[in-house]
Amino acid sequence: MGGTKKRKFERGAATAFMSRNKAIKKLQLSLQDFRTLCIFKGIYPVEPLHKKKVNKGSTAVKTYYNLKDIQFLSHDQLIEKFRERKHYIRKLKKAIAKKNKFKESLIRDNKPVYSLKSVIKERYPSFVDALRDLDDCLNLCFVFASFPKTSKIHAEMIQLCKTRTVEFQHYVMAAKALRKVFVSIKGIYYQADVKGETITWIVSHKRGHEPPQDVDLRIMQIFAEYYSVLLGHINIKLYSDNHLVYPPELSVPQLHIETENTEESLCSLAPIIKTTGEIMDEEDDDPEVDALNAISADDPEVVEKSKLEAKSVKKLKNLFKGLKFYLNREVPREDLTFVIRCGGGIVSWDKSLGAGATYQESDNKITHHIIDRPTLTNQRLDRTYIQPQWIFDCFNARTILPAKEYFPGVPCPPHLSPFVEEKEGDYIPEDKVKFLKRIKGEDLDEEEELEEESSEEDMDEDEENSSQQKVVPKRKRDEDEDAGETKKAKTMAVTEGAVEKVDKQRLLQQQNAEERRLGEMMIPKKHKRLYHKIMTSRKKQSQEVKKLQEKKDKLKKKKQQK
Amino acid sequence: MASRVSMVSTKLKQATNGKRTLDLDGEEKEEQQLMMKNHVDDVDDSDDSEDSDDETADENEDSSSQDEVYEEEDETSEDSESEDEQPEKKDDEPEKHVDEYEYDSSDEEDVRNTIGNIPIEWYNDYSHIGYDVEGRKLLKPEHGDALDEFLQKADDPNYWRTVVNKMTGQKVVLSDADIETIQRIQASKHPAGSEGLYEPWVDFFSNEVMNMPVTGRPPDKRSFIPSKWEKQRVGQMVHALKMGWMKPRGEIRKMKLAQDPNAPSLDLWKEDAEPEITKRYRMHIPAPKEPLPGHAESFNPPEEYLLDAEEEAKWNDQEPEDRRMNFKPQKFSSYRTVPKYGLFINERFSRLLDLYLAARQRKMKMNVNPEDLIPKRPDKKDLQPYPTKEGMVYKGHTDMIRSISPDPSGQWLVSGSDDSTLKLWEVSTGRCMKTFKMEDKVTYVAWNPNPAINLVAAVVGSDVIIINPGLVDKLVCSNTDNTLNNFEDSGESSKSVVVWSSYDVEEKDKGFRIKVSHTTAIVQFTWHNKGDYFATVQKDGNKSHAVLIHQLSKRQTQAPFSKPKGLVQRVSFHPLHPYFFVATQQHIRIYNLVKQELHKKLQANCKFISSIDVHPGGDNVIIGSYDSRLCWFDLDLSTKPYQTLKYHKKALRQVAYHKHYPLFASASDDGSVIVSHGKVYSDQLLNPLIVTVKVLRGHKTANHLSVLDCKFHPTQPWVFSSGADSTIRLYV
Repeated sequence: MGGTKKRKFERGAATAFMSRNKAIKKLQLSLQDFRTLCIFKGIYPVEPLHKKKVNKGSTAVKTYYNLKDIQFLSHDQLIEKFRERKHYIRKLKKAIAKKNKFKESLIRDNKPVYSLKSVIKERYPSFVDALRDLDDCLNLCFVFASFPKTSKIHAEMIQLCKTRTVEFQHYVMAAKALRKVFVSIKGIYYQADVKGETITWIVSHKRGHEPPQDVDLRIMQIFAEYYSVLLGHINIKLYSDNHLVYPPELSVPQLHIETENTEESLCSLAPIIKTTGEIMDEEDDDPEVDALNAISADDPEVVEKSKLEAKSVKKLKNLFKGLKFYLNREVPREDLTFVIRCGGGIVSWDKSLGAGATYQESDNKITHHIIDRPTLTNQRLDRTYIQPQWIFDCFNARTILPAKEYFPGVPCPPHLSPFVEEKEGDYIPEDKVKFLKRIKGEDLDEEEELEEESSEEDMDEDEENSSQQKVVPKRKRDEDEDAGETKKAKTMAVTEGAVEKVDKQRLLQQQNAEERRLGEMMIPKKHKRLYHKIMTSRKKQSQEVKKLQEKKDKLKKKKQQK
Repeated sequence: MASRVSMVSTKLKQATNGKRTLDLDGEEKEEQQLMMKNHVDDVDDSDDSEDSDDETADENEDSSSQDEVYEEEDETSEDSESEDEQPEKKDDEPEKHVDEYEYDSSDEEDVRNTIGNIPIEWYNDYSHIGYDVEGRKLLKPEHGDALDEFLQKADDPNYWRTVVNKMTGQKVVLSDADIETIQRIQASKHPAGSEGLYEPWVDFFSNEVMNMPVTGRPPDKRSFIPSKWEKQRVGQMVHALKMGWMKPRGEIRKMKLAQDPNAPSLDLWKEDAEPEITKRYRMHIPAPKEPLPGHAESFNPPEEYLLDAEEEAKWNDQEPEDRRMNFKPQKFSSYRTVPKYGLFINERFSRLLDLYLAARQRKMKMNVNPEDLIPKRPDKKDLQPYPTKEGMVYKGHTDMIRSISPDPSGQWLVSGSDDSTLKLWEVSTGRCMKTFKMEDKVTYVAWNPNPAINLVAAVVGSDVIIINPGLVDKLVCSNTDNTLNNFEDSGESSKSVVVWSSYDVEEKDKGFRIKVSHTTAIVQFTWHNKGDYFATVQKDGNKSHAVLIHQLSKRQTQAPFSKPKGLVQRVSFHPLHPYFFVATQQHIRIYNLVKQELHKKLQANCKFISSIDVHPGGDNVIIGSYDSRLCWFDLDLSTKPYQTLKYHKKALRQVAYHKHYPLFASASDDGSVIVSHGKVYSDQLLNPLIVTVKVLRGHKTANHLSVLDCKFHPTQPWVFSSGADSTIRLYV
């Protein structure tokens, strides 16, 4: 029999993992450099299945990495670059301390640089992989773009993030890829469909900057460094695929804007960017064909669904087409411009507010004037004055909603999250119910004008009312009958022996419940925990729903009392 | 110019010292003093008053002339045409220079007065005023008395402009120029006069190369020798150039911009290139996406999503980690009024930390329908018949009923209670037929399973009392009595650990027949299926006579185990074969009584066995335990439980099989009797089918005890249960 005998922790799980300290020792890096390397290369700790086996019998808490990952890191060129950087800093410090200006300038000129291109290629072999990781990338880039230029963060980094995010937004507008918007108290969530990948990102509200507490900006910068490079590569690919010129240029040389430079007006998101001149065949694609291509499904239901989806997306892309918006000065410009332009509208604002304004308030062709204050003097009759929430709600509903609920000074209907898809048993807010009804009505008959819709809605309400009225008398009649019986019983001296009513429904229910309880008893131990876990979570959920419903009822009662 | 000013100032000083004070501003005095200090050496030339006067005048002239010369020179330098005049004037210069430097020499100070810069008042009392370089006294010149002074004042027209040089004591007559200067100073004007104040600046050190040197200073040696340091610097630069470290200014920056390694490029993801799917790539666990926001997070949520006072208080009390939502829902009247979210950056940051610090694990998230986890139940009709509801309650005892037993025909029921009575009940009517008063609590009762012999055994303390209840057919009763009386006494009773004794006539009339007295309290009693043998378990479990087997017909007792292993809890006979089950706390041992050997040992997998029952077929055993478990053993299958059921919440007290129907029941302290369907197939390959069919409740809990015993009706699918609430219940 050959081979030496393997000892206890020399094979299996114990050898597949490596603790962080060991990894650092093996790679001969400082903790900071190791962190940077992990962030760049996307290496993360893993949770071993059997911790005790991995830790040689001890149960102490430790961070483990896959041994293979560490081995993979050890071959990386970045490690060499980090060492170079370390030497660079050491040399520079020495030169500065010796006041050797010549040497210092020489060293500074030869600052080592590293490329993250190969890292990106390695992490995302295909473009779709990169898009899947775009959420976090966009989130962070938007955060950095919103930072003021202080000494804590390199100004170049902020500028770079700003340009990258503007580039991306221009792509989304050009491709009309935006699908959902949600204004939350944390910020604005956007969801876009980029090459079939659903990408969601959040942008904070543009208010004053407050220096964050308990945040390590160095770590954020490492991430930002990586993500800004990634976003640049993604942008150029998206631009070239969509026949756009990269870096973005204004399509119309804006003669009437004399003083502003192009960069500022690009940042305002209002102007259209230049294409390479190739034919865009996006406009005339047939949604049905698209759907068929997209899904090689045998299930007719799925095909039907995707067809509907494609149709509604097409509608969304031309939602604001032909409408001309004007933003009053208190309205946050960039968010609304982005959404309106994704829906095909045109936007402008007062010239004095910032770059990118193309027409003024006096323009006669303006259809919607967005204001966010209770009233406005000198209102014009040829345009609709409306609150910003209307834009978001229209976009999410994918139709032009009736404007009367959103007039200035009027409390708007609740703004609901478009990301929630209520399942059976979930709590559905009243407005969502209304919204779903509207959608269903539309599906039946597609080409509807706004007014018709509103009238139809009124009809709907009428119908509801009438149906309620119908229901009410029925109930009444029942009650009457019951009352009559009881009266009879009272008047008669001798009563017939009434057959005890057996509520069959209830009996059946009871029996079923009992059966279920008995069945629960017989669940094998293996599944018992799982079963109870599921049931408790369901119970919790149903309790929450109940609570919401109760609250709603209470509010309703209050309103009625008033 | 400077020299002239200094001269004036010295004279001034002299004037002040000579008490011919001129009204000067304080500031100017200071200035003068300062100047004086600087040019002490200039003062010295006035050893001889007249000479010095002349000299000073000359000097003034000289200096002015010199100035002129310089001026001319300047002009010449500017006008390159008048080159001819230059040499002539240059020739004059050296002579005047000699004069100038004669008095400028610092050595001459010592020649005249060597006392240095001390207050001259110190010499007021002496005739001399100092010492010359050779140490001779310098005598004060005679000034004459006040009369001379007065006369001089009258005679001398220059008296008003005569001052005394303090250092030498000489009188000095100020020149017109000096007086003018003084007057200018008094008028707060520039001492040199207004002319020539704003002369054009001559930039000597300009970029234009002059023909003549500005100064006559000979060039340094170092200007002829190449610099060592420059050489080193050049060397460094050449090296840097060679190595490519140094490049012209600006070029490096341009190069860096042009060759930014991270600049966006299209060659990263080419259309045609097949992505390289490595093993690493497949092993990658992508970070889970962040959850999407719900309605509650909206800036204008439906009102029911806002927290009410109670919820808000709860939210505030909770630790941030425990909160279900990490934000408080809020409602804003307009989009404009929504403030910035304070923790926005913190949330982003914590996400980043999660990305690189959080350990990842691939978890299979099963989409389980909980209905699927419940084992499939056979149709209810297939399981029937089983007891479903309470049919009868037998009341009469006054204390908890520890044990019950139905008779083999199913017509009667016997019960033993803590109120020291044994009662016989008619099952169908619930009537108490007979009551036997005992000496102590009745802990165990058992009806003889043989229908031909009508006997009831009761355990009272350490005695087993055999009773003939006399309820059935008289023939059977007399038969029973006959068999009891027809025993063959082997005479070994003296050796035995138990005492068999008969009752006297009076007692016999009541029904008592035999008393088997043990040494210690009896825990359990069980009949053999044929009704001749019975076994008892005594409390002192580990002694040799813990388990005893008695034969009724011979009135004999034997202790089958010399020393049982462990504390014996329960024993049972096999219904068909000569096997004997002994349950200790955690094990069940099956002994072959014929071969007198251990047949099998079962592991109960529970802590403390409380009851045991053997299936009428003999191949299956159920046990109940105090740790609320019920274990079903299939003896053919394994020594470990075929199925463990933990459906009771509290300790089990009794388990029982039905004689004919595939039913078994378990009684527990939680107040319930659970009836299960347990079908045993005759086919060896099929495992028993165990399904719970009914939970029967009815007994009340008293003193943490509830149901103490349960037994099946021998023929009907009914179950009796007795409890701590001193009732017996029949479920039909």
